Amino acid sequence: MTTAMHIANGIVDGPVSAVFAVLAVAALAFCVRKARNDLDERLAPMAGLVAAFIFAVQMLNFQVLPGVSGHLLGGTLAVILVGPWVGALCVSTVLIVQCLLFADGGLTALGLNITNMALLGTAAGYLLVAGLLRILPKTSFGLAVTAFVASVISVVVASQGFVLEYALGGTTELSLPWVSGTMAGVHVLIGIGEGLIAATTVATVAKVRPDLVYALRRFRKPAVAPELGVKA
Amino acid sequence: MGAGHAHPLHLDRVSPVHRLAPEVKIAAVLLFTIIVVVTPRTEFWAFGAYAVLLAVVAGVARVPASWLAKRATIELPFVLLAIALPFAGHGERVDWLGMSLSVDGLHGAWNIFAKGTLGVLASLLLAATTTMRDLILGLDRLHCPTVFTQIATFMLRYLDVLADDARRMRIARLARGYDPRFLWQVKAFAVSVGALFLRAYERGERVYLAMVSRGYAGRMPVLQSARASTGQWVAAASLPAATASIALVAALGS
Repeated sequence: MTTAMHIANGIVDGPVSAVFAVLAVAALAFCVRKARNDLDERLAPMAGLVAAFIFAVQMLNFQVLPGVSGHLLGGTLAVILVGPWVGALCVSTVLIVQCLLFADGGLTALGLNITNMALLGTAAGYLLVAGLLRILPKTSFGLAVTAFVASVISVVVASQGFVLEYALGGTTELSLPWVSGTMAGVHVLIGIGEGLIAATTVATVAKVRPDLVYALRRFRKPAVAPELGVKA
Repeated sequence: MGAGHAHPLHLDRVSPVHRLAPEVKIAAVLLFTIIVVVTPRTEFWAFGAYAVLLAVVAGVARVPASWLAKRATIELPFVLLAIALPFAGHGERVDWLGMSLSVDGLHGAWNIFAKGTLGVLASLLLAATTTMRDLILGLDRLHCPTVFTQIATFMLRYLDVLADDARRMRIARLARGYDPRFLWQVKAFAVSVGALFLRAYERGERVYLAMVSRGYAGRMPVLQSARASTGQWVAAASLPAATASIALVAALGS
């Protein structure tokens, strides 16, 4: 098993970590409130599977430069399949479990990691998906293109979140343009890999079970069939 | 499925630490890590004392040092970053073994190495002594929102579903005469990743509906409701309390 690694304890100083922890808790509390409306009998297992899927792909880790490693984030995939609110919660759950059970990412850096990957990454992914789906055809091909583009950009945005945190409270002196450039360069490559995985997955799901794709819900005509769902 | 859902970092032992309720362990590790991170990096001896505390916990938990050392290698990418710092840093420099090293970089490297390692070791001790189920139960008792524990429960369950379905699909490919060599497996994986996702979803959906029809309503039933006693909270509090006193002595001494 290759190992993934998020921001560890001690990379960014205490006060900045605390600020981002407060920010992350506030934003997640908002997501929890919004997600209550979304989480029905179809979305609950989907959210669990998306989280498991993200967990698995985050194990793929790219050591592109010594000291700087990156991995797939999965935020865009989550946004398309379960929506922005549950999506952000899925990614955060993955990060929390990785931190507690697999010692991956520092406990005090959890706020930073959640801000970058669960909030910034998914927010950028959501805005792009919502925007692109207005122009592109609502077919599985259009969705695949959307997934690819949104993945690449959201991964780079998330990596720049680290640069911002590092600029505010980095415990070491490295030149910022260098950190920023390296992170962006590595994450464009990662984004392409992530985009391909997200695009193939989403395209298959959209072809076989379009009812499962959250991002397409808005464009669907209301179903005439009566509610048969099991109330959870 | 059904095989106890143990996670790879769990070390099945009988020890006082294993018996502690999960919520007190999570709280203790969180407090410990926070104190470690806020300790000024120049208080070298304080970090040594923290390491001794963790060694005592590991001893009580009967977690071998070699087990910890092997799993702590997850930290290596950041240690590599730390090694680069003394060379790349700015400001005042010292000469050591003929190399010109930045003082600030050395401090930075030490900071990342010490705080990162202590954090990883503390989390590893938590993971080694707590099962997946207990961990989610602990988070639930610490008033973590149900949405999180619900997603986490399904995630951990579906990891097995995903792995099993991936294995079944691979066996199916082999049975059809597919003979993958090292790198070409990637192609088959890329083509089948969407199918894997759907298969896992449909299997997971059946599991979920079976759970719902048996009365699942967002929370797993608790079989033995052994909430943490005051004694357990006190026992677990000894770690952060000792850490805090070391930090206090360090802060007063400087």
